[in-house]
Amino acid sequence: MEILVCLKRVPIAGGTFLLTPDNRNVETKHLGFGVSPHEENAVEAGVQLVEQMGGSLTLLTLGPTESEEQLRAQLAIGATRAILLETDGEDWDPQATAAALVDAINAEEKQFDLILFGAESADSAGYQIHIRVAHALNRPIVTNVKAMTITGNVAQCERVVGSDREIYEAPLPAIITVRDGLNIPRYPSVPGRIQSRKKPVDIKKTEPSVPKLEKLQLTLAPSKSKGAEILGEGEAAVPALIDVLQKIGILS
Amino acid sequence: MTKVPSQAKAVIIGAGIVGNSIAYHLARLGWRDLVQIDKGPLPNPGGSTGHASNFIFPTDHSKEMTAITADSMRQYKERGTFTECGGIEVARTPERMQELQRRMSSAHSWGVPDTKILTPAEVKELVPYIDETVILGGFYTPSVGVVDSLRAGTLMREEAVSMGALQTFANIEVIGMDVENGRITRVRTDQGDIDAEYVVIATGCWGPKLAAMAGAYIPLTPAVHQMKDIGPVPFFKDTKGDIEWPIVRDMDTNMYERQHGTGLEVGSYAHRPILYTPEDIPSNAAAALSPTEFPFTQEDFDLQDEHSLELMPSIVGDENVREKYAINGILSLTPDGMPIVGETPEVKGLWTASAVWVKEGPGTGKSLAEWMVLGESEIDMHASDIARFHQHQKMTYHIKERTFEGFNKTYGIVHPNEQWSSNRNVRLSPFYAHEKELGAVFYETAGWERPFWYESNANLLEKFGDAVMPRTAEWESRWWSPIINAEHLQMRETAGIVDLSAFAIFDLTGPSALDVVQRVALRQMDVAIGRVVYTPVLGVNGGFKSDLTIMRLGENHFRVVTGGAHGMADKKWFSDQLPADGTAQIVDLTSHYTTIGIWGPAARDILAAITSENLSKENFAFSTCRPIEVGPLSVLASRISYVGDLGWELYVPIEQGAKLWEMIWESGKNHGLIPVGIGVYGTTGRLEKSYRAYGAELETEYNVVEAGMQSPRLKQQDFIGRAAHEKHRDATPVTTLVSLFVDDHTSASGEQRYMLGKEPILTLDKEPIIDSHGRRSYVTSAGSAPSLGKHVLMTYLPTDLAVIGNKFLVEYLGEFYPVSVAGVGATPLFDPANERILS
Repeated sequence: MEILVCLKRVPIAGGTFLLTPDNRNVETKHLGFGVSPHEENAVEAGVQLVEQMGGSLTLLTLGPTESEEQLRAQLAIGATRAILLETDGEDWDPQATAAALVDAINAEEKQFDLILFGAESADSAGYQIHIRVAHALNRPIVTNVKAMTITGNVAQCERVVGSDREIYEAPLPAIITVRDGLNIPRYPSVPGRIQSRKKPVDIKKTEPSVPKLEKLQLTLAPSKSKGAEILGEGEAAVPALIDVLQKIGILS
Repeated sequence: MTKVPSQAKAVIIGAGIVGNSIAYHLARLGWRDLVQIDKGPLPNPGGSTGHASNFIFPTDHSKEMTAITADSMRQYKERGTFTECGGIEVARTPERMQELQRRMSSAHSWGVPDTKILTPAEVKELVPYIDETVILGGFYTPSVGVVDSLRAGTLMREEAVSMGALQTFANIEVIGMDVENGRITRVRTDQGDIDAEYVVIATGCWGPKLAAMAGAYIPLTPAVHQMKDIGPVPFFKDTKGDIEWPIVRDMDTNMYERQHGTGLEVGSYAHRPILYTPEDIPSNAAAALSPTEFPFTQEDFDLQDEHSLELMPSIVGDENVREKYAINGILSLTPDGMPIVGETPEVKGLWTASAVWVKEGPGTGKSLAEWMVLGESEIDMHASDIARFHQHQKMTYHIKERTFEGFNKTYGIVHPNEQWSSNRNVRLSPFYAHEKELGAVFYETAGWERPFWYESNANLLEKFGDAVMPRTAEWESRWWSPIINAEHLQMRETAGIVDLSAFAIFDLTGPSALDVVQRVALRQMDVAIGRVVYTPVLGVNGGFKSDLTIMRLGENHFRVVTGGAHGMADKKWFSDQLPADGTAQIVDLTSHYTTIGIWGPAARDILAAITSENLSKENFAFSTCRPIEVGPLSVLASRISYVGDLGWELYVPIEQGAKLWEMIWESGKNHGLIPVGIGVYGTTGRLEKSYRAYGAELETEYNVVEAGMQSPRLKQQDFIGRAAHEKHRDATPVTTLVSLFVDDHTSASGEQRYMLGKEPILTLDKEPIIDSHGRRSYVTSAGSAPSLGKHVLMTYLPTDLAVIGNKFLVEYLGEFYPVSVAGVGATPLFDPANERILS
């Protein structure tokens, strides 16, 4: 079975988000990078399928040169090879990104039986790339999958909608986007790290098509929680405390 | 909003292990009204304490570091925060095996108990998961352990609180410091200002930023130390504690591996040096983990993965043992590798203990508190003294260059005379071009390039043959040349010219200048104008704070000349004694004057030929100085000697130095003058004369009587350390400084070996020699005495053993060599009547 997992290099945020002085990007100078959490599930699923059924697992990403770090880290989990569509580091709009991925997939000699995405990227969460790729490749797509089994040429996928479960069957080749909960992604081992350095990563310089979307500015969402509120000290705090307990229904 | 007090005796900034320890010890020593603040939360404010690997290996080649570490271990143990697990430093190369023998020596010199050299099989017995085929052996220290530095710090803080001495406030950021008349007066925080007599910066890698707020320098850089935790390890599944198995330091790969619960932590000092500035460190809020835990950069660790796999394949090579946690942890590095402790020379009342690692934290806190409260710490901290830095050494460029070079030496095999290769040629004497032409091999002191020997003297090797005591072993030949000994022998025959530009020179002037020098110097300073006085400088407990020479140039004018390495600390010591009324001033003239030494039997004739001055014995007595005319120059000539021969130190303004050199050089041609390097001046010449050196024989842990330097009569005037010194004079010294000859240099393999210093002196039964104050005998200085044909070692011996002819052993690289006492006290081995100097 030939499997492709598409990944995105994203910053791993700390307690507080900071923006760059021009408000156009997330300030990443103190941050490390990884792939989106759902994508770790996708890689884990791919590795397990190859372990069970043979074949190979290819990783594909579009991003700056440094994205090779994320590819190597996932190669250390057990992927076979990787393709890096190298950009100049600027964010591309979803159309351009999807087009580049499609070109790269079409340029491959072999056909991928299964293309996996994470449900959404951790930074922009646009929910677009996978749909656009599926549309361009004319393949069925199931999104937000939390359980998946492959039997013969059919992928059975389960998604959770509210309190219900939906079960789909998709004929392969297909595109599936997965969520956390699908599996427990493994961490790399040291031997995995060492092997990953010898695995092939094809780096292809990639130029964007004319962007149709332009990022003007980011604004930070207001912080949701006010944090702890001090009601008072000692006995003086008792009335305020009673108020709160009544408000939330613990005291009547 | 927390409200900080508006006033405090002392404000301690930082609540890591260092700040907590300082707070506790200040309280223990009786200070009250202490306020401690940290910009992070408690108990882990987010500094380096919070992510430290927390293990302690007690042995260091530095006596000071070993003593501080031992004291720290004691304090951790007292609080039940120390778990002993043992530790092994393993060697992959023969060079490292030799280094491990050196570490055994240091362990014996400084009293680290029960250390042992192990075979690979013995290492395997203690650490079953090691592949013993990749190692040649190990240095085992059973007393190695792991501490809980957060817990220990919390307990110390609580102890200080329970004494009613301390209030601690978290989440408070310092935004400024006020200095008035050179003294700290106030700390400004985002929650209000605190007036304080003393401020202590104990903020690790943030130190430079805080010091800068007061106009002071803490020359350190934040740097990355990588670590990776892997697990769960099946072999460790039944371990109960945090640590049960010995910690392994894989010295040749600059790495360590330690069991941590069911995991294995792999740490490294092998990766490329990754340096930051304090401004690069994020706030607690913006940091992904803690401010000092930066994202792990795997590519810097790739090689380390392979090395850990080699050493512990059964764990690291297990596909099911996975990475749990990996960080680029931030720690503090300094340009010379030592911590930064003491009062800043720029601002009175502003103290720091920075670049202090967990293994040194409690001991450093104790020492700093003693220093602040009592004026001196029990452990001599001179190598950590913040006052040691010269101005150029505080510059970011220097810090970056030296820490970049030094980082990978963390586990390195560092030769005692090893020179830095980065940031050289910063301070050049006016003779530099001449010296270069003569093939000078330059060593650095305080930024100055000093010729250690001259290749142009290589022709003397044939003349003196075996008298130069040639060395065959690589270790002792490294950073050494037999030419040094040839220069020595030639100087004793004719004369040598020595570049002494690295001297630190400062003048004390004003109506109170005499009072100031009297207060600092042990010797009588109310001497005739034109006298040169060599004097010990004592600490409050009567030990050595320094030794230096002072010239009286006028009624109210004294010139202090001291070694470059310690010059800035000396300057601070004098500056601290200046009266508040401004009736004495200190001026640093180091960069104003250069100094040439000329010594040897022909020195008088060489100098006489270029001056009209009468230089005869009667007209220019030893220990006097005066200006003389040399050609067009007015030269301050000072008749003293550190090498044991007739001669002068000659001082001229720096731009006239080259002219003076040329005139002496020209004149010397007829008298066999040769250029002589610091190898002679600092070692061979002085050891033959049994002259002591500060930092070697002389430190606060030894007193004047023990060093054999007491004068027959004590001056009437008061001076620092007087009360203690009087007691020392009245008592029989428990230890006495002696010179030893090495009686046989032959090693087991038949090679002649030469000790380099710091080795333990043992009884003939190989037992340590410890005086009644607990001080061990070790080699304080070592070197050739070519005129005596001997290798000389200096050491303190318990006074009853300090008898000429008494025999002992010196341990050197795992073997034992016979030595015997050749001289006791200050009487020189060579020319004991000083006929040459006084001729």
